[in-house]
Amino acid sequence: MVPLAYYLWLSGILFACGVVGFLIKRNIITIFMSIELMLNGVNLSFVAFAAHWQVLAGQIFVFFVMVVAAAEAAVGLAIIIAVYRTRETLNVDQVNLLKL
Amino acid sequence: MNFHLILFLAFGAICVGGAVNLLAQRHPINSALSLIAVMAALAGEYLLLGAEFVAAVQVIVYAGAIMVLFVFVIMLLNAGEEEETKGSRVAILLGVPGTLTGSVLMSWVVLRRSGTEAVAIGALPGHPREIAQLLFHDFLLPFEVTSILILIAIMGAVVLASKPPAGKVD
Repeated sequence: MVPLAYYLWLSGILFACGVVGFLIKRNIITIFMSIELMLNGVNLSFVAFAAHWQVLAGQIFVFFVMVVAAAEAAVGLAIIIAVYRTRETLNVDQVNLLKL
Repeated sequence: MNFHLILFLAFGAICVGGAVNLLAQRHPINSALSLIAVMAALAGEYLLLGAEFVAAVQVIVYAGAIMVLFVFVIMLLNAGEEEETKGSRVAILLGVPGTLTGSVLMSWVVLRRSGTEAVAIGALPGHPREIAQLLFHDFLLPFEVTSILILIAIMGAVVLASKPPAGKVD
């Protein structure tokens, strides 16, 4: 038996790693991967709570999160390709057209 | 120390190690590979919880399809080492106290609210028949809406990633 808190800890650690990666990384692809890491952390807490309360709908919710993540990955990577085509860089510090 | 806890800790260690490695690596392809390790270990955690369906979807969709897309784009764009840049001072001034406050608050809530309740191994009644009943009957409308979402995402990806026609390049 593993306490529910352990699963929430692991989920929180993964989410925090995703947030840190999102903030400190400079490569646009790595930033995008950090977002995926955050989604994975949230999914783990969904499944842990579903197992804790014996509600199967939590698994369906994880399924929907994965579908949205897949759609997001497709559109996001297309945007990355478009950015690279116009700016010739993957460094987010050099994508500053909106900056004054 | 029972077997369930040992397995949980082993998969959790792989998860955390992969996540930290994702932050530490400078080359995107190394980060992508460590993210695949995190996702595979998470599939193991789902199996421990008894969510076989989610574990299978995790491996097929996340570690398979989405990460293949990532690796494909990394190789397509020939992404190299990350360049070092200075972080802003505001981020450090606000970020460090904010992170500390958030983590202390979160650990306080988790420790206080759910200290003793345990999750048994294979606790979920995740029979495919019940999942299909939920997915194709109770959640039929959201399921159909996600199909439209995927269709829009495909069209958006094609439009965004396709080359602009010659003469219209600005």
